[in-house]
Amino acid sequence: MDPVKFLPFLLSGISVGGQYALIAIGYTMVYGILRLINFAHGDVFMVSGLLMIYISASLPLYAAVPLVLILTVALGFLIERVAYKPLRTAPRMSVMISAIGVSYLLQNTATYVTGGQPMNYPTLPFVSQSVSIAGSQVTWVTILTPFLVLALVVLLVMLINRTKVGMAMRAVAKDFETSQLMGIKINSVISMTFIIGSALAAVGSMLYFTNYPYITPTAGAMPGLKAFVAAVFGGIGSIPGAVIGAFIIGICENIIKGLPFAGATTFVDAFSFALLIIILVVKPTGLFGEKATDKV
Amino acid sequence: MLSQKKNKKGLYIALLACLAVLALVVILENTLSPTGMLFIVLRKSAVYALVVVSMNLLNGFTGLFSLGQAGFMLLGAYTYAILTVPVEKKATVYYLYGGTSVNFSITDFFQGIFGSTGAGGGVALVLTVLLALILAGCVAALFAWLIGLPVLRLKSDYLAIATLGFAEIIRAIFQWDTLGPITNGANMIKSFPGFSDFNIDLGGGNTFYLSTFVPFLISMVCIGIIVLLINSSYGRAFKSIREDEIAAEAMGVNLSKHKMLSFCISSFFAGVGGAMFAMLTNMAQARVYTSVMTYELLLIVVLGGIGSISGSCIATFLYVAASEWWLRGLDAGEFLGIRSPLFRTGFRMVVFSVIIMVVVLFFRQGLMGDKELPDLFKRRKKQEVAK
Repeated sequence: MDPVKFLPFLLSGISVGGQYALIAIGYTMVYGILRLINFAHGDVFMVSGLLMIYISASLPLYAAVPLVLILTVALGFLIERVAYKPLRTAPRMSVMISAIGVSYLLQNTATYVTGGQPMNYPTLPFVSQSVSIAGSQVTWVTILTPFLVLALVVLLVMLINRTKVGMAMRAVAKDFETSQLMGIKINSVISMTFIIGSALAAVGSMLYFTNYPYITPTAGAMPGLKAFVAAVFGGIGSIPGAVIGAFIIGICENIIKGLPFAGATTFVDAFSFALLIIILVVKPTGLFGEKATDKV
Repeated sequence: MLSQKKNKKGLYIALLACLAVLALVVILENTLSPTGMLFIVLRKSAVYALVVVSMNLLNGFTGLFSLGQAGFMLLGAYTYAILTVPVEKKATVYYLYGGTSVNFSITDFFQGIFGSTGAGGGVALVLTVLLALILAGCVAALFAWLIGLPVLRLKSDYLAIATLGFAEIIRAIFQWDTLGPITNGANMIKSFPGFSDFNIDLGGGNTFYLSTFVPFLISMVCIGIIVLLINSSYGRAFKSIREDEIAAEAMGVNLSKHKMLSFCISSFFAGVGGAMFAMLTNMAQARVYTSVMTYELLLIVVLGGIGSISGSCIATFLYVAASEWWLRGLDAGEFLGIRSPLFRTGFRMVVFSVIIMVVVLFFRQGLMGDKELPDLFKRRKKQEVAK
């Protein structure tokens, strides 16, 4: 097979993988602490994209980007406070149903606000421009994404390993009740988790949607689920695991897109889920996950 | 002895109530305008009720949190559609693929025996639908068994995400171009018998309407079977798994066997429900059966109360009626006499999701909790005695 033909697929795979990684971190951190699949995370990602559309229509870009970040963070914080905090002592299933409810609410609200029409994503200067690498055209965002993701992940890992908040997060993830007894303010730690997750999702959405012409209210569901698969693949609760899992899924997906058999694109989504089922059955702890006895 | 007698009495009352509802449906449909909103809602809620109850059997009674319901509905719908499209219509349905590789049809088979007109045609139609529905359920159950082998070892949220993934895989496979001659690719399959085919033409412009009665009947029979199952020793085993797996195993309940049984039965009825959904909408198309549909079904289960069959049925009716009928005004600009520019397309679903969130957060029991309709009457009787 011609390797040059595959280069654009590989490049966009790395880029998409990086974008998934930014979402997957949000999943894996929340799961690590609350043992909750935050189904609404993909929709927060979508809402962030819509906010960008609306805000950049009236504000210049240098003001719009930070504003979108702040609003997305506020949304994530609000969701945790309103929908998850009252259920802290409830069974895990109730919290998950609440998460599904939030996802449903966000999607329906987005449909209402946009009138169900696909919304055009603004072209960001510079990152949307193309550049030629080895004879194939790629946009700058494709090249920038992996570096940006790596920088953010290094920052995040430093935050978790070096700061007091990070230590508290690790303690809460290890043992919820004991850390509470040790005087850690559980609620602020959980809020912090949601804030970091949402901020990364906002960055991810700016990078992700630049590659797509428009956003629909359900645009967040698929990348959200795939990022979750990536988190499980890498070992849920582990940040490096989630990032590596996301890159693997992004690359595999795009290589499948380039495979020369009829209807290969149909299986792009199916591939991630097949991988999920295989991983759950063969090695439920994922690539880097810690041993936990309650999964299987 | 005494409790058995009581149970029998309860059974007769339940049967009578069901017959009364069926009779009411037939009478209403033939006296009121049959194209009214009421019947659209009734038909859809009859179909949804079956799927919701099948989901409740799994999530509420066995405690297996599965999100694959839409996938099993899709399997049922496609099985039904592929097997019942008459051979002569296949060329037009599958025109993109130049015909189909499934060159037989249950419809033609029974019409060949009983004829296609008059009473014989009626018998052929009933037998066709019956056989196709059962096959639809069986295919769904077979796939459930296959996927259940690896997946049922997982617990709570892992099971949920794995079954959700399975549903997405199924949806992708059914939209695959290469399978086009069988599944018609991403296009819809149509021209198969639906509920409106059950209306009997009496001649002279008069019609005896049965298009709402039929889904009610099928749904009631299926839900009845589920209720009998739940009240049997199998049902008690399911509930014990829900309460405490370890204790159930210690008492001699075979965990994997009962989980698999519950999963397959639930999927069987989801498949039947999916086939009925295809009959209702007169088409089968893979992109209808998304995860959003599963979420919708799950939210109805929660509204009705996790672990209550009658709660599920009532919640289904309320949900369908509210979303299709009562809250329509919120989309059209006027609701309860109030006009507001806020009321435009999509507002209905926003209001609706807020209501659902309120129920999920503050009324976690749902409508009925884990009680059934007869329980409510029993309590009232006891209070009267106490007085």
